Amino acid sequence: MSALEFTLVVWVVSALAGFLGALTGLGGGVVVVPVLTLLLGVNIKYAIGASLVSVIATSSGAAAAFVREGFSNIRIGMFLEIATTLGAIFGAYLTGRISTHAIAIIFGLVLVQAAYQSLFGKTGDGKRIASDALGERLRLAGNYPVGDKRKEYGVRNVPAGFGMMFGAGALSGLLGIGSGAVKVIAMDRAMKIPFKVSTTTSNFMIGVTAAASAGMYIEHGYINPRVAMPVMLGVLGGAMLGSKALVNARVRTLKIVFGIVILAMAVEMIVNGVLGKV
Amino acid sequence: MNDQRLETIIGQLLRAGVTLAAAVVFAGGVLYLVRGHAQKVDYHVFVASGKYMRTYPGIIRSAAQLSSDGLIQIGLLLLIATPVARVAMAVAGFALERDRLYTVVSLVVLVILVASLMRAR
Repeated sequence: MSALEFTLVVWVVSALAGFLGALTGLGGGVVVVPVLTLLLGVNIKYAIGASLVSVIATSSGAAAAFVREGFSNIRIGMFLEIATTLGAIFGAYLTGRISTHAIAIIFGLVLVQAAYQSLFGKTGDGKRIASDALGERLRLAGNYPVGDKRKEYGVRNVPAGFGMMFGAGALSGLLGIGSGAVKVIAMDRAMKIPFKVSTTTSNFMIGVTAAASAGMYIEHGYINPRVAMPVMLGVLGGAMLGSKALVNARVRTLKIVFGIVILAMAVEMIVNGVLGKV
Repeated sequence: MNDQRLETIIGQLLRAGVTLAAAVVFAGGVLYLVRGHAQKVDYHVFVASGKYMRTYPGIIRSAAQLSSDGLIQIGLLLLIATPVARVAMAVAGFALERDRLYTVVSLVVLVILVASLMRAR
């Protein structure tokens, strides 16, 4: 392939990944890495390096919109970022130590989880819960808009959530993804934070988490400018379009189709990893 | 100054940072394609690039010489700086609110970020 062909193909594919990632809430990284490695034969280390920077772009670029909606909770985000950044450093350290085959297999397993979430994931809020002692001490409680009123919520199980956030950070550093899905599970399921607050706070945290592994990615040479350039520009553009199109899209149908595609990529990623082809 | 207002300002600054970063990356990309669009490329094998792409002084030097790789990398560094700036602004914002606990919390995150980014110096 010539440089021009490669750049254009990667740009188009990344824009599509960013668009679908924003529509389904899974993020662009989880799509762009398998597409680059499986379809275009890009080495997985270049792919995760390019994905990492595009994840930062999407997170920082969307921050203003999320704040306007009034859902994200900066205290929860900031406190849990202690865990995700430390996790990310650990994950990025592992990336330099383990084989690319192992990275591909772990990536495949994360894709299986993403496919499951896309196919069967829930979107809804439970009932209001008061903070427990630690949640109270850390002043994590907040409120979010429902209609024209604001609904109060509490935060519980902080240590469990903190631990899961370390894991989310490690996956982010290891695979160059935002690992928003794991962050949402930690907040929504473990800490009992309302779903909408969890997803928007997670989106906010993704960029900070990814920045923590960026230093090691640069040092190891994973961020190749010629690969990262079309990926970053594509994912960013696609994600911006996707968040605008979100309004009345047939998200349910889309999520089912997307879930099946991701599952297929997961299988191919794992098989290629086991056979040592990726 | 409350959390909501603070966040709105931070959000707008971040978007400006991303726009600037994307513009620099785009300029570097155009330069790269103008100079070598017909060149054959293959990224199947991972080869760690030279120091000029892996350290801050190297990146700055090659960008100053208008190398397309250097320009793209500078744009990507700007991008990586946006979340760091967000945390730094949160430190300042919480300090202004006289919220000691969260000033310290965001300061811890900032130290972790800066320490890990120092690796590529």
